This record gives sequence, structure tokens and C-alpha cells, in this order.
Amino acid sequence: MLEKLESLYQEALGALDAISGGDALRDWELKYFGKKGGVTELVRSVGALPKEERAAFGKRANEVKTALEAAYAEREKLVGAMELAKDLEEGEVDVTLPGRPRATGGLHPATQTLREYARIWAKMGFQVYRSREVEDDDTNFQLLNFPPHHPARDMQDTFHTTKPNVLLRTHTSPGQIRAMRELGENGTKPIRVILPGMVYRYEQITARSEVQFNQVEGLAIGRNITMTDLKGTIAQFAREFYGADAAVRFRASYFPFTEPSMEVDVECFLCGGQGCRVCKYAGWLEISGAGMVHPVVLENGGYDPAVWSGFAFGMGPERATMLKHGITDIRYFWGNDLRFLEQF
Amino acid sequence: MKVPVIWLRDYVDIDVPIELLAERLTAAGIEVSHIEYIGLPQTFIEGIRWPISEHLVWDRDKLLLGAIREVKAHPNADRLVLAMVDYGGGELEQCVTGAPNLFEYKDKGTLPQPLWTAFAKEGAEVWDGHSDEPKRMILKEKALRGIPNRSMVCSEKELGISGEHDGVILFHDQPRASDGTPHLPGTPLQDVLGDIVLEVELTPNLARCFSVYGVAREVAALLDVPLRPPSFDVLMEGAGIAGDASIEIREPSLNPRFTLALLRNTTIQPSPEWMQRRLRLVEQRPINNVVDVTNYVTFEIGQPLHAFDYDKLRARAGGKAPKIITRLPEPGETLTTLDGVKRTLDPHNILVCDEAGVLSIGGIMGGAETEIDANTTTVLLEAASWNFINVRRSMGSQKLHTEAGARFSRGVHPSQALLGVRRGIELMRQTGGGQVAAGIVDEYPQPAEDVTVELPISEIHRLLGIAFTAEQAASLLARGGFGVMPEGDVLRVIVPDYRLDIGTGIIGQADIIEEIARIYGYKLIPDTLISDEIPSQYPNSAYAYEEQARDVLVALGLQEVISYRLTTPEREAQVTPPGLPSSLPLADYVTLANPIAPDKTVMRHSLLTSLLEVARGNARHADRQQVFEIGSIYLDRPRQELPDEPIRLGILLTGRRSAGEWIGETGGENVDFYDLKGVVEGLLHGLHVHGASYRRAAHTSFHPGRSALLSIQDVEIGTFGEIHPLVTAAFDLDDAPVYAAELDFEALLAFVDPLYTVAALPQTPPVLQDIALVVPDSTPAAEVERVIVRAGGDLLRNARLFDVYQGDPIPAGHKSLAYSLTYQTDERTLTDKEVARVHEKIVRAAERELGAKLRA
Repeated sequence: MLEKLESLYQEALGALDAISGGDALRDWELKYFGKKGGVTELVRSVGALPKEERAAFGKRANEVKTALEAAYAEREKLVGAMELAKDLEEGEVDVTLPGRPRATGGLHPATQTLREYARIWAKMGFQVYRSREVEDDDTNFQLLNFPPHHPARDMQDTFHTTKPNVLLRTHTSPGQIRAMRELGENGTKPIRVILPGMVYRYEQITARSEVQFNQVEGLAIGRNITMTDLKGTIAQFAREFYGADAAVRFRASYFPFTEPSMEVDVECFLCGGQGCRVCKYAGWLEISGAGMVHPVVLENGGYDPAVWSGFAFGMGPERATMLKHGITDIRYFWGNDLRFLEQF
Repeated sequence: MKVPVIWLRDYVDIDVPIELLAERLTAAGIEVSHIEYIGLPQTFIEGIRWPISEHLVWDRDKLLLGAIREVKAHPNADRLVLAMVDYGGGELEQCVTGAPNLFEYKDKGTLPQPLWTAFAKEGAEVWDGHSDEPKRMILKEKALRGIPNRSMVCSEKELGISGEHDGVILFHDQPRASDGTPHLPGTPLQDVLGDIVLEVELTPNLARCFSVYGVAREVAALLDVPLRPPSFDVLMEGAGIAGDASIEIREPSLNPRFTLALLRNTTIQPSPEWMQRRLRLVEQRPINNVVDVTNYVTFEIGQPLHAFDYDKLRARAGGKAPKIITRLPEPGETLTTLDGVKRTLDPHNILVCDEAGVLSIGGIMGGAETEIDANTTTVLLEAASWNFINVRRSMGSQKLHTEAGARFSRGVHPSQALLGVRRGIELMRQTGGGQVAAGIVDEYPQPAEDVTVELPISEIHRLLGIAFTAEQAASLLARGGFGVMPEGDVLRVIVPDYRLDIGTGIIGQADIIEEIARIYGYKLIPDTLISDEIPSQYPNSAYAYEEQARDVLVALGLQEVISYRLTTPEREAQVTPPGLPSSLPLADYVTLANPIAPDKTVMRHSLLTSLLEVARGNARHADRQQVFEIGSIYLDRPRQELPDEPIRLGILLTGRRSAGEWIGETGGENVDFYDLKGVVEGLLHGLHVHGASYRRAAHTSFHPGRSALLSIQDVEIGTFGEIHPLVTAAFDLDDAPVYAAELDFEALLAFVDPLYTVAALPQTPPVLQDIALVVPDSTPAAEVERVIVRAGGDLLRNARLFDVYQGDPIPAGHKSLAYSLTYQTDERTLTDKEVARVHEKIVRAAERELGAKLRA
């Protein structure tokens, strides 16, 4: 028995030394240590020995078992290292093959730009206030200082509905009236809001004009708000949205609901103001209409214009997106072609 | 509006380059959208950018004023002549030309009056008159039918003035400089015809700038230079007008002022060259001197005029002196206007009439019957003022747009009528001869009051944020034509009458402050950040949750879309199969009174339609679509003016489940009901909405067997599932089943729990056991799960369905549902015995309540 044990020991050690792969290693383990393995059976057969030999055999069998286990562990480590080395050497993939496609979702570009606006304005204390899209004539026009039949109405071609006095809002400015009345507490509280949302214009749909588009209106009302604040605040926005070097200019303009009124241009960020196709060689891009809130509008919002003042501005997120990404056709936005949307 | 600079210079000295002037005007709100160059060079100024102009700059040495002294026949060609041109160079230059407008002078010998024309010397650069594309060419010597030729008399096209190439430029008479000095042959053409024309865009408040003189006023204010008004003097040599015409104003609120002047014994003839040229520059076609003067004064000072043939009026009055009456129409009254259209008049159209009937629509267009013709000898000239709102309404209702109407509809002060009639009648006299009758008939029943604004100096600082002294403010306003009287800390500002845009009281103060800022220059006003207190912030959870839902759906792999809100009832009706009750809301539509396109007439009632249309649009190129939209629908409300605008969330999945094909792997199977349900569950999880239940839906847009109604705590949120095959067919989506959802987003938000609790991580090991139950087909999985969960009690932490099996050895009409059960409690490690007891309880409950059998 003992000789058998010794020879099995030598055989197992020899076999182990020849092993270079994980599979052979597992076979070896099964052969010597499995339920019917050589070592297992030999140990099990100890009962067949005469009593006096059992102790010596058992001791030696344990030594052999321990030694083989140790040798196995060492070999296992060695085989692992060899396999790793082989894999590192030979296991290459063609890194130029395309990746396996993943299903990713995405936000509509208009949402992305609206979020960017909301983020920047939130830092300056402007909160989002949303109001309805189907409006009455009073809120969309009259309370904003557009009397009936006034030529200023020609600036905004309007969709009317079959209900008298009801129309699709032509701008987000009626939200100014609603915000002042809801948040102003009868003209006693300051306000700082942005009013994002869809507006509608009676226009032919072309590459340059749409029947619906988003606007982001801003409104700040306080006891101490001035035109210098308006200029500084919009310039601050432009630097964050268009880049730290973005220069802005303010031109006099006209909106019935602001006075003074102005258009805001940013230096064309594509050509650095040198003139290119996008800025039509003017070096400037129109980004906003703005102004100090007209006293009539303040009054209609519940504020005493002799004490309170404010500024308002309106911006077009789709146009800003088009400028930034070289999009030449505004119809892409609501066309919902996935090949367009998935590029954002 | 076009503003020729040469005309502008009549009223103001411009000592800066035009490009700089254009920039200043633009900054002050008079937006110059385009600068058109005629022969003159463009100036480039550091820091000011205008597009580079592609126009032809006329060579001052080679493009000259020429005088054709004689037109000779060409010896070899009937269709060519030889023009003998004096260009100030001593000898006459012989030009071979085919210009048809020279043929009438052929073989007439030396002409008594030379023909003044544009002459191009050898080497001059001109446009090729025969080329359809713009093409430049340089004149070279070349024989034409045997006669040597090296120079040219030019058409407007060859100089780049217009596309006109039917003949050479022939001035009506000898051109003159603006000071009246005649130009001599050889004068550089730049000095004769060269000009720069500003294209100016006018916002509605700029009625005062709707004329060359009006723009000149702004130029004077901005450049701080003096203004020279045109002359309003009239040489009145004729007998008095009184007794020859009278006026009756019946609606002074619509027609505040009406003036008339009379010119007798005049001759209708072409206008002088300078006037014709200026009219052409502002795109008016010269007709005759009287009509031209009415147009000229309209463009010069912004006061439209109308000229009547006086004798025609007199004839209508039966030989008596005509009486002009302004009034509203009688019912059914008509007028044939100068454009030849017979018009039925609207009740609000203010009219100019005589006792025989209607003559004109006030402020917009005259009638054909009393217009000036070649035989007119006596001209009655009207200058009136009209209510601008009423003119705008009438232009709209009569669909009639004229230069006069454009000005009156923005506002012309009554003071301008008297200036206009004086300027007009004198120019008619100068250009047609005759005698102006002494006096002007002037009916002005309710003279407009002067506007004065009291402006406390402190208000300027309060609104602009910069302090001006009274002197600074007064000087800026004086440049703008305002009269200013400082009275202590208050400026008394007298508004010039033409400034109809300046109000009174606190509005007037704001208007005046804007003028101060505008003339000072917005550019010079500094930037500051708001120093006022930050208002109290308030939560806008509806907006926040909407954005959160977008993020969740994007994380679930969906692409957001945004659709047109405008649709038609017919488009939306396609969302229900024919013959089934409509699945759309019962409310009426918000319907457009003036739709712009036949496919956009109402505001939508459904996001399903929007999404199915998106799917149809993409089907040609996308074999996988997973999209969502969050947006309003618009439901008219009876007895309420404005509609409800509830927000809906729509989801649509169709086509392949996985993202796309890869080498050797196909894109896999199409999505099914459970893909969509997974998205819905993912959304609920992402919003922390609990208590969802699902049951079969009864929504006619969906497949009745593969759609579910989602409820949260018994509130119905919406339906999702497979779109009814007849609906997908109607949207041409036949390739793969379409799965969609439309949820009431606001109802869903009511269940968002922002204070959801987060469970502590377990400290004890779980015991996992599987259970497979055989139940009848008709038993819903939710029912089986409910029984398991209830029977499992506190010790059952989780039950997860991992297999549904039908077929051998499961009896027909049955299915096997296999669940993985997790037993766990935080207090202690569960013993096998405890688990076995609960497991057994579950099996017994399933047998008892569902008739289930444990699968072997």
C-alpha cells in the first residue's frame, strides 16, 4: 500500500509538472482527488490495512495529500500566469471594427436649448413660469399696450379662433401679465421669471419661418431696476450662452410693451464678427428683443409705475440652436425626422 | 422705404461716410437693412461692417456726361446709327449704336437741343448689356459693320442702374447739380447720376420717418447738425379760391383736417429730369408733372396729396363750385378706384365725396372719374389728415395697399396737411405753369392740442440708471426737435407736432426718456447687474416633474419628439378604426378662423395621432422607432372663453427591439407589448409613483386583447398597448406592430412621491426558492402574484416572475407561472423550517384561491 502510495505520489507530481492549461488541471484534480480519484480511493482503503500499519500509512497519506495539494496550488498559479501571458500575447481584437450599437435616447434640441436658457437664468434668480397658449385678445394684445387695429399688430400675424376674442398667442408676453397678477400680490412683490413656451404666427411654413416656435420671455420687476441692469444682465447671459468673449450691442427698436425698447445683437460667433454667410456679412446676429417694461403694462399687471420699474426680453431658442449648429431649415424642428433628432 | 442720399442732402449736411451714417441710424432704431450703390464707391470704415457690394463703380475719367449733337445714318446697316457725342473733349466722338430711341433723330443734322446721355470712353468698364447673367466688360476698339468704334452711349443696364436695355439713357433736359448749376459735357457720371440709396425698415412707431425729410430730421439729431426744411412758400398770383371750392367735414374724428388749393391755366407735361430721377430712385413711375408732384411730396415730407381735375368736379356740380364732403358711406354705395376696381364700400370707410357722389376712399385711393388727364388745365389739390386706425382698418377690409394709405395708417399729424398742400401746389406751378389761386381752403374743426410733458430729472436716473443734468438732457432733446424749458428739477418738454408717438403723463415721460437714451446712444449706457432684492423663490413642481419624466424616458432609450399642435379633425379621426366609437376626447376643437394651410385647422386633441404621424414619417428610413412626446392638448370648454390645455405624455415603440445590426448579428426581434410595459414601469419607477395596476383596456385605438389601462390607486392614468391593426394600416405602418401609450400626465403627477423612503440594506442573508404554479390560461399573472404576496406575509421579501410556459406536460388550457421567491427578514437569519412553513402556506393559498397546482 505504502509503495502504491509513493508511486501514485510520484506519478501525480510528474503529471502535474506537465500541465500547462486550466482544463488539464481540472482533469488532474478529478483523477487524483475526485470522488473516485486515486488519492481519495487509496485513503479510503486504509481500513483494509492491518491495524498496526494504519497509523503510519495514514500519516504518510496525509503528508502526500498535503504535498500534492500544495503542488496543485502552485501549479494552478503558474498555469494562470501562463494563460494570462498567452492571452495578453495573442488575444487581440480588431479595434477598427465598429462598436455594437446601443439604444440611446435623446432630448429634442428645442428642449435642450430651453434647459440651457433655464439653467443660465436660474443662476440670476429667474424662475420658470409657464402660461397658456390659447389666449384672449386682451392678454395677448390690449393689456400689453396694443390697442385694437393698432399698426403694431401688423408686427405679429395672428391666428384667430372661431371664438371671438380668442387667439393663439403670438408671443410669450401675455405671460408677463399673468405672472405679474399671480405672483405680484397686487403690485407689492418683486418678480424675476422666465416664460418659456410655444407661440404661433400666421406665416407660411418655409425654411426660414414657421407657424409655431418657442420663445423664452424674461421679466424682472422691482423698485430699483434700470436700463443699465437690463444691458448688464443680457450681456451676462450672452457671455454664458455664446462664450466668454461674446460682445453684444443694443439698438433702439420698438415694442408696444416696452420703453425704451431695443434689439440685442451678439457678435457673430462663427466668424468673430468678420462677416460670413450666417450673419449675412453684418458681423452681428440678432438674439433678443428687450426693453424697460412700459408703464401701461406695469399698471395692467397691478404695479404703480411711478414706484416700480422692470425690464423684459424675448429670445428664440430654435434660432439660437440653428445658429450654433449650422442648421439652415427651421422645418427640421417639428418635422421629427429621427435622422435629424439623433444628431443632438 | 428707400432713401436716396442725394435727396437727403437737400435737408442736412452729411459730413461722415454713408456707411457710418447707416450704422448710426440703425443703432437709433431706424434700421438700414441694405445700402445700394449707384456708380459710387463703397467706403470701408474700421469697426463698421456692411456686406461687400458687387456693384460697378463708375470710372470718373471714362464714364462721363455726354451730349449727342447729331445722329447720323450708318452707311452699311439700317439698324445702327452713328451718335456724335460731345464729352467735353474738343472733337465729337462717333459711337456706333443700335439704340432704338435714337432713330427718330437720324439724319436731322445738328440737333437744336443736344440729347443728354451717359457716355463711356474706350477702356471704361461697364456691364454687358447683351448678357443675361451679370457680366462685366471693358470697351475696346472694334469695327461695327465696317465703321470703327471704341466708345459707347450707355443704357441703364450697362451702368447697373436697372435692367433696362431697350435704349440708351436720354435725360429729359440738361442735368443740373443740386444747387441748380447745369452739368457740362464731360462731367463725371458719378457726379450726375451717382447715388447711394438706403433701404430703411420702419417700426410702427416711426411714422415720422416715412419720408426723406423725416429721415433727415433723425440724421440732424444724430449727427448734431442743422436741418434745412424744404420751402413751403407759394407764389399765389391768381384770383382767390374762395367761391370756387368748399369743404364739409362730417366726421371730424375720422377726418380732422381737410385743405384745398387751386392751380389754374396749367399744362400737364412730363416732370423735370431731377424729379423723375428721384421718383425712380424711390420706385415710383413718373407719369406727369401733377401726379408726380403728389408722389414727390408724399415721399419728401410724408404728407400724401390727391389731385382732382377741377373742371370734372365742376361739371359734376352742374357748373357750380364743387363742395367737398367727407363722410361715411350710405348703405350699398360703390366707387371705382384708380386701379380700375369697382368697390362696395364698408360702413367704416371714410370717403371724400362731392354732392354728386363718392370721389375717393379717404387717405387711401382716389376714384377714376375725376383723375388728372392730359387735357386738365385746372388742378384742385387736396391735403387732408385721417384717423390712422380707421385707415388701417379700411386698407384691410378693402385689401388695398397704397403709399398714401401706408403713411396715413401709421399716423400723419394734421399740421402736415397745410405744409403738404403748400409744397405741392407750388411744385405743380413750377413744373406746369399757371397761377395758384390766392388762399387755401382749410377746414380744421378740432385742432390737435400741443403735447407737453413734465419730466422730473430724477425719473431719467430711476429708469435708465444713469444721471443726466438738466442741461445735458435738454440739449439731447433739443437735437431731437423738442422744445425744452427747465423748471427747477423738472424739464418742461414741448413735443413737436409730428411726434405722434409721444404720449402724455407717465407714458409721455417714458417716451421722452427713451428719446434721451436714443439720441445719447444706447452704446454709451453702461452695463450693471441688478442690485434689487431677489424675489422669493417658489417651487414649480409641474415643470420640474415634466423635465424629470423626460430624463427618465431618455434613460430608457427613447428619443423625444415635438410635433405641430395644429392638425385637422380628419387627421385625428384616423386614430379610431372605421365603424368604432371615437377614442378622442368629446370636447369641441379650438378651431382657427384663419387657417394658413388646409392640414392645420384645429388645435390637437390627441398625442397618439401626433406620434403615429411621426412614425409614418420615419418608417421609410427607420426600422426601429422608440419615441415620446410630452405636450398639451387643447379642449374647448363650454361656457368658458379659453380652453383647457392638459398635458399628455405619449410613447410609441415599433420595429426592432435592439439598437441595430452588428457584424454577423441581426437586429433581433420586434418589440412587443411587454417592451412597452417595461417603459411604462420604468417611467413610474423613475418618478417614484407607486400603486400601479393594470387591466384590459377598452380604448378603440388599441388592439382589444393587447392593451392595458393603467391606474394608480384607482385613478385612471391612460391606455397603452398595441395600436389597432386597422389604425396602423390607416397610417401606412404595416411592417411591424406599433405599441403606443397616451397618459394623462397631470393625473400621473398627483402620485409622484418626492418623499419616498429608501430601505436600509439587509443585514441577513436571503433564502431563495422557486415555485411553479399551474393555473388556467385565463388567470391573470397579477392575480397569482397577489395571492403569493399575501400568503407570503412579512417573510416574503420579493416574488419575481421568471417563466411562463405552456405545452407538454402542462394540460391544455393551462399555463405554468414560475416565480423566484426571496424570503428574508431583518431581525434574524431564517431557518429552513420557517421558510418551508411559509412556502407551504403559499402553495396551499394558490390551490385554494386559484385552483393552482404545484408543478412537479
